[in-house]
Amino acid sequence: MRRLTLIAAALALFSGTAAAQSDYPTRPITVIVPFTAGGPTDTVARLVAEPMTRALGQQVIIENVGGAGGTLGARRVATADPDGYTLLLHHIGQATSASLYRKLSYSPAKDFAGIGLITDVPMTIISRADFPATSIKELIETIKTKKQDITLANAGVGAVSHLCGMLLQSALGVQVTTVPYKGTGPAMTDILGSQVDILCDQTTNTTGHIGTGKVKAFAVTTKERLKTLPNLPTMDESGVKGFEVVAWHGLYAPKGTPKPIVDKLAAALQGALKDEKVIARLADLGAEPVSQEAATPAALDKYLADEIAKWKPVIESAGVYAD
Amino acid sequence: MELLGDLGLGFATALSPYNLLYCFIGVLLGTAVGVLPGLGPVATIAMLLPITFGLPPVSALIMLAGIYYGAQYGGSTTAILINLPGESSSVVTAIDGYQMAKQGRAGPALATAALGSFFAGTVATFLLVLAAPPLAEVALKFGPAEYFSLMVLGLVASVALASGSLLKAFTMIVLGLLLGLVGSDVETGTQRFTFDMPELADGLNFVALSMGVFGLGEILRNLEHEHSRSVMVKHVSGLMLSKADFKRIIGPVLRGTGLGSVLGILPGGGAMLASFAAYTMEKKISPNRAQFGKGAIEGVAAPESANNAGAQTSFIPMLTLGIPSNPVMALMIGAMIIQGITPGPNVVTDEPELFWGMIVSMWIGNLMLVLLNLPLIGLWVRMLTIPYHLLFPAIIAFCCIGAFSVNNSVFDVFIMAVFGVVGYTLIKLDFEPAPLLLGFVLGPMLEENLRRAMLLSRGSPMVFITHPLSLGLLLVAAALLLIVVLPSVRSKREEAFSE
Repeated sequence: MRRLTLIAAALALFSGTAAAQSDYPTRPITVIVPFTAGGPTDTVARLVAEPMTRALGQQVIIENVGGAGGTLGARRVATADPDGYTLLLHHIGQATSASLYRKLSYSPAKDFAGIGLITDVPMTIISRADFPATSIKELIETIKTKKQDITLANAGVGAVSHLCGMLLQSALGVQVTTVPYKGTGPAMTDILGSQVDILCDQTTNTTGHIGTGKVKAFAVTTKERLKTLPNLPTMDESGVKGFEVVAWHGLYAPKGTPKPIVDKLAAALQGALKDEKVIARLADLGAEPVSQEAATPAALDKYLADEIAKWKPVIESAGVYAD
Repeated sequence: MELLGDLGLGFATALSPYNLLYCFIGVLLGTAVGVLPGLGPVATIAMLLPITFGLPPVSALIMLAGIYYGAQYGGSTTAILINLPGESSSVVTAIDGYQMAKQGRAGPALATAALGSFFAGTVATFLLVLAAPPLAEVALKFGPAEYFSLMVLGLVASVALASGSLLKAFTMIVLGLLLGLVGSDVETGTQRFTFDMPELADGLNFVALSMGVFGLGEILRNLEHEHSRSVMVKHVSGLMLSKADFKRIIGPVLRGTGLGSVLGILPGGGAMLASFAAYTMEKKISPNRAQFGKGAIEGVAAPESANNAGAQTSFIPMLTLGIPSNPVMALMIGAMIIQGITPGPNVVTDEPELFWGMIVSMWIGNLMLVLLNLPLIGLWVRMLTIPYHLLFPAIIAFCCIGAFSVNNSVFDVFIMAVFGVVGYTLIKLDFEPAPLLLGFVLGPMLEENLRRAMLLSRGSPMVFITHPLSLGLLLVAAALLLIVVLPSVRSKREEAFSE
């Protein structure tokens, strides 16, 4: 009798969770953005949250949990209940934090279930307006001959501009003088004021200044040329084979989130990436939504693993850590 | 001509109904916190900072600026009516203002304060219009070496100009600098003073720290002695100034405005210093100096003009260089960063709407304040009767919500609580907390620019001397330091502040 009750209870419990899964979502979903409100990652999150809210029939709320290069917010999701009500929207930092932080209390590779990639923000290599080089070939020549006399700005340890700078140095096999700033804004101010030579940063930050001629642009860091900056060659076609850095964004659930829920979220994300308004707003930022095939759990899981593997040797050989 | 176009843009921005509303909210709140003793503009702006996330940048900054100069108006009301400065910059106004009120001349005293403030605000705003764009032009040529030297000057000046003991001011600056070191090293990412807590990796939260020191600290102190705030003047009448009064205040208002404008620009300066200096000067040169302390109208006119002028011109270094000259400006910079705007010389060219809109709104805000303060004086008087035991719990609740909402982090609320105790202890020991906050903000900037300058010069410290601008700034700093430590000046200085 007692055993029967137990089985009945177990069955009831099981059907309960099954019902919960098919009903999902029954309450608002929180997407944690591990950066302050108003930044580029926050913008991406708020853009996709709106069409996802419509598709899921529940409010998708953005919560900004900034600090420590995005690891505070990511940690909160890594340890959250895997019920599909707490998600993480993170950028390339999700992959690089695995190597940049040696004392991380969670694992970016193991503690998350990918939902899908969202967008790639391309990057550009620019210099101060009065820098002597006129083409990417000349720029590479100059860097190789002047080495430490070249100053390379970045937006701080772990920033995409820092990653791009590290990759550039390792690809060219030279060490230049790296000048860190707190954020892209001040770094850009010093490029405009001709205090530093080079900066590699997202189109979001650079396209405007390239347009007005206040900075010199040399190349884009994507595999293919951009529609918005068609005159800029890729690094790959300029002789630096395989050079690619993009500030990509992905949506994650905690590991252990039931597959039906993850799939439902992925479908909502795919729908959001087809939304006209999302496409238009991303274009304003110099970015595009990823293809429908990339906005899937499998694609993100694989991409994350690839990116972790790609950046590990670059970061370790540079010997720069964020903790 | 270009200036007219820019001002046109400013008026178009500031006069949009939305921005007018936020300007009004700002000056209204500012007056309210100015009137209420125990709550200053720093704590108020810190509390409101998180909610400005959702506003457009222009509206947010217009509102926050309104709180600052609004508090200069409100502070004088309390000072005059109950001999209790509602705000630190109104301390000297209380001396003669309260005497006037006792003699039944509260109306003229209030009118003098409001009109003097309005005149000073208008002049200082105009100065801002003229001075800021060319200064931003020069600032574009500033490199790390120049910024470093400028901040050295700023820190030296804030010690020199601080009220009270030099040693104590210096201690506060150094403590602030040390607190500013908490977090990740900008260049290497090495953790400093973080005790392995990832929450500290980005440093102590500025909002939590300032709310703790200025908000909670002040409240704790006020709880110690619940003042009997008897408002002796229930009905204020005779707000019009007589011809004789008018004649008497013209000189002090002009001098106060001039002195306040200059002192506002200086780092470490701002409204409070301006009011002290103007009162002291007027006491020395006024033909009616015998009346000072017994209800001289000049003793209200000069400091009230000066504090408002100082409040306005302290925006100049903030808007053109991105460097705060006082804690309020540090908060304004924080507000800009929250909005994704990089403070610095580029603001004038990149965000003309913000820049000009904000400046024009200051003038409009000053106009609103005259209207708010004179006819509505009765309302403010009544607000003074709100008992502390209702007011303080509400403020503390707001502080907690504010500290939490910056990063949605309970950790920051604890930080605020800790610094509330720190702030209270400092006040008890007679340490002025303003230099601490200035050190906290300028410290990381100072370090960053020092290291960046050295990095760019490949390790040669000569860069600070070979750049003429940098050299000039360092020389001024050295001279200032020398002057302050000279024994004869020191005794004069102490005498000036003790008045």
